[in-house]
Amino acid sequence: MEAGDDTGIDFDKFSEQELDGYEGSVGGLTRRDFLKFCAGVAASLGLPLGAGMRIAEAASDKLRPPVIWLHGQECTGCTETLLRSYHPTLEALILDTISLDYHETLCVGAGKQAEAHKRKIMEEFHGKYVLVTEGGTPTKDGGIYCKVGGKPHVEHVQEAAEGAAAIIAIGSCASWGGIQSADPNPTGAKATHEVLPGKTVVNIPGCPPNPYNFLSTVLYLLTFNKPPELDQQNRPKFAYGRLIHENCERRPHFDAGRFALEFGDHGHRQGFCLYKLGCKGPETYANCPSIGFGDVGFGAWPIGTGHPCFGCTMEETGFRKPLHALAEVKTFSPPTAFPAVDAPKGEGVSPAAAAVVAGVGGLVVGAAATAMRNMKASDRGSDSSETNDA
Amino acid sequence: MAHSPYQPLGGKLLTKPFMVLALLFAIGMYFIATRFAFGLGEVTNLNGGYPWGIWVVVDMIIGTAFGCGGFAMAILIYIFNKGEYHPLMRPAVLGGLFGYTLGGIAVIIDLGRYWNAYNLLLPWYMRPSSVMLEVSLCVMAYVLVLWIEFSPAFLERLGLKDAKRKLQRFMFLIIALGVLLPTMHQSSLGSMLLVMETQLSPLWFTTWLPLLFLITALAMGYAIVILEATLVTRAFGLPSEQRILSKLSPIVGWLLATFLALRLADILLRGHFPQMFEANLNALMFWIEGVLFVVPTVILLSPARRVEQAQMFLAAALLLAAGSLYRIDAYLVAYEPGNGWSYFPSVPELMVTIGVISLEIMLYLVFIKKLPVLHGIRNAQPREA
Amino acid sequence: MNKSRRRFLKSATGAMAAAAAPLESANAIRRDNKTLPPEALGMLYDSTLCIGCRACVTACKEANDVPVEQPARLSAWNPGTWDAGEDISGKTLNTIRVYTHGSKEHKDKAENGYAFVKRHCLHCVDPSCVSVCPVSAMNKDPDTGIVTHDPDACIGCRYCVYGCPFGVPQYQFDDAFGKIAKCQFCEHLQKQGQLPACCDVCPTGASLFGVVTELQQEAERRLAARPGDMYEFPRGRLGGDRPTHEAAIPEYESHIYGVTEVGGTQIRYISGVPHEKLGLPKLPDASPSSLSEGVQHTLYKGMIAPLAVLGGLAFLAHRTTRKLQQEEEEE
Repeated sequence: MEAGDDTGIDFDKFSEQELDGYEGSVGGLTRRDFLKFCAGVAASLGLPLGAGMRIAEAASDKLRPPVIWLHGQECTGCTETLLRSYHPTLEALILDTISLDYHETLCVGAGKQAEAHKRKIMEEFHGKYVLVTEGGTPTKDGGIYCKVGGKPHVEHVQEAAEGAAAIIAIGSCASWGGIQSADPNPTGAKATHEVLPGKTVVNIPGCPPNPYNFLSTVLYLLTFNKPPELDQQNRPKFAYGRLIHENCERRPHFDAGRFALEFGDHGHRQGFCLYKLGCKGPETYANCPSIGFGDVGFGAWPIGTGHPCFGCTMEETGFRKPLHALAEVKTFSPPTAFPAVDAPKGEGVSPAAAAVVAGVGGLVVGAAATAMRNMKASDRGSDSSETNDA
Repeated sequence: MAHSPYQPLGGKLLTKPFMVLALLFAIGMYFIATRFAFGLGEVTNLNGGYPWGIWVVVDMIIGTAFGCGGFAMAILIYIFNKGEYHPLMRPAVLGGLFGYTLGGIAVIIDLGRYWNAYNLLLPWYMRPSSVMLEVSLCVMAYVLVLWIEFSPAFLERLGLKDAKRKLQRFMFLIIALGVLLPTMHQSSLGSMLLVMETQLSPLWFTTWLPLLFLITALAMGYAIVILEATLVTRAFGLPSEQRILSKLSPIVGWLLATFLALRLADILLRGHFPQMFEANLNALMFWIEGVLFVVPTVILLSPARRVEQAQMFLAAALLLAAGSLYRIDAYLVAYEPGNGWSYFPSVPELMVTIGVISLEIMLYLVFIKKLPVLHGIRNAQPREA
Repeated sequence: MNKSRRRFLKSATGAMAAAAAPLESANAIRRDNKTLPPEALGMLYDSTLCIGCRACVTACKEANDVPVEQPARLSAWNPGTWDAGEDISGKTLNTIRVYTHGSKEHKDKAENGYAFVKRHCLHCVDPSCVSVCPVSAMNKDPDTGIVTHDPDACIGCRYCVYGCPFGVPQYQFDDAFGKIAKCQFCEHLQKQGQLPACCDVCPTGASLFGVVTELQQEAERRLAARPGDMYEFPRGRLGGDRPTHEAAIPEYESHIYGVTEVGGTQIRYISGVPHEKLGLPKLPDASPSSLSEGVQHTLYKGMIAPLAVLGGLAFLAHRTTRKLQQEEEEE
């Protein structure tokens, strides 16, 4: 593909008419839009723009990888958010990009039939399918608090993980336990990676996570056959590398000390910073302010709509810290520009000033020495009083 | 006029050294103008940690100590009744006049809100607890006293014998004030540091500061008289005052010895002995200062050395350097404001100080040439100076 | 004549010795520290609550109408847009500074940690700046104890800058008509019933306004609480109606700074790291002005000693001048 514009893809090579009727269009997208989407994914993954084409190739591959999607303790919010993604739509993803072979919410089949299909896929595509888990995994009392087909969820997960090429935990429940793992955690709810020791689980936390973080991760996996760069908690860095506080549109209010004090007060209506209302943006790593939710444009995310961030992507924050508790401001941790307690200040010695001081000192000493030499001479009786020091 | 033992020196005014001094003064004036137009920060390196720089410490604090000649001689002549030193009195007063007047001018340049300076004289603004108030009122009064003390020279020059006689009737009061006021403010220049208990190195900080400042000011006063007399008599070929000066020496020597004993005993008694041997700037300055004080003490107390003009000159010069360094150390070097601040004067700042000192020397030359200041000139041949 | 002279000199020497004797012991000559007005207002600064947002710095600049400050070394970078004063100055009445050590990982830990500290006037109970000001430009309110500055009286001698043990008053060196700038605890806002801007805006209650005695109790409560226990931290004003915020009690240093230092201040600092590391120096309990005023008072009490000395001096000078004048006339 020749590079026509700075996206690296020559979209204008195709006329509008050709594109609309293009038979390879996916998920209701024209080819142009599809390519744009892939380039967008590449950008949000922080990949070089050329990678967009590889993603496009991978996404339109006829050999769609099978996906097994398991629900545990959850609200299905993660699936719901995926259903509300528009580029591509979920059906485009599951019909054209991947082969969603088992998903308890979206399956047409049910009961033993569905379970049998799942087992078949697991055997047939052993080592090739992708496992997605949604929801926490109860472990107390043998995991009996969440069963599918008479079998505890934990066993389903461990079984399916056996032959999975990649495992993705979508949502905070699967990533770190979620709401049911909060104190006192009556079901012993755990994250997917906690019940799969030794396996790499890519975590896409969030309640719900942004669908595009999930889609981008999936497309990256399909394209490069490896997960994107992950942080210490196995979250993709492209999505969880920065604090909400760093890109928050209300940040200038924080810096200027303009805070909403309660819901509906003057500051709140003026769009002031929500820190005092307990906003957890300063300690929450997520790209919410950058990409927003629901494809409705700028500002469609909790803080944008006037609600403090509650830190859903953070294990130590969401559902753990009281909503009104103040966040720990991580972005201000040194070495951000703060003056040190004993930072050196003052102009110091300039060479010219040192020269002037030395010059004057030298002059005085020299004059005094000359005067003294002459005085010594006259003290000895000779008469050479030719000094001139006045 | 012929009756007066004091005579103007006469001679050419615009000599080469005088022109050089005038140039330096002009440079200083330029920076003074800059300071008034754009603020202190434009010219100086003064900062939040060191709000006082060389304009205060050199021009004012050291400048007035240099001007203590009149004060020191007045004690000797009028209080201790040593009439034989009288010939040194008038040049000493003149030195004091310039030291103090220009110190006062330097303060005006340095004051951040000089247009409010008259508030010092308004009783409802005065705060008696402030050492600064005492110093400023005392210095203002003493400048006035010095001008009155010196005014006979003008009156003689103008031939106003009557006025001079009338003035001399009250001169004793002026002279008494001329001793009291410097005693008060020179010691208070030490007291000013008493509030810096927490910022000053213990090698300098002591409750004795007022006394130590007073003694050094007196000693510096005598030293400047010795230096002035030696230089002027030699430069202009006047009869030597060596005989009088060498009689003065033991007095200065004992003053210095007292100072050194006090200083050392105080440090030892307060238990800051180890700080003298630390490897830092404070300890180094302490030792330099110590050597500068000890050498003149030894010279001035040694009967063999103090008859030699060169030795006397050396002692006086070293003593002035020692006293100056003591003041610079106490006010700037040993002062530690914390918070990472440092200070060294900028070139314009230095040029202003140099300019003020140049003006002082220029005026001194003008005065001794045009007014009856120096003693016993009648037989002398004025030389180029 | 000689007899009386000797007598005077003798008694003068005696007087000097008498004046000097108490100088030997610095404590004997000190006057007592001044005491805290019962309704004195102050601030409790809890370094562990401070998040370094610098809202207080911005609010202070706005409330007191002081400009943005850019240190010289940063002046080339977007001039006039970035407020980054390195310390309090003629343009910055309060500032947040940081202590760091090693990897700077842990908040409020001395080892491999960091801690914020707010810097502004501590409103000493016995302030040096008030004592040293020659023209009564610095004043301490007898009721609130707030140390204020009157630029109309000020002559700009900067003795207050030099004498303050905390280096608080600052002169505006870059102005041809500079003023002394210092935190006056937003006295103008307090008169309108508002809080000092920094306490008003502080999101965490790290800067807490209140009556000093109550703030002291609050500080003691926090230090007495068990680390890790949840605690309701008040915001704005101690005892005010603002919502508190709940957080765990951190591990505090046991010292409350500002109670005894230089005779006490009206600001209290509590922190997770030793106070000296935060630029709050170890200071003696006696106020510096208690010594300088003690010495001055001893020497100049009612101007009696100077006047007596003047009398003696005048007497002696009178005799000598008369003698010298006679000699001069004879000559």
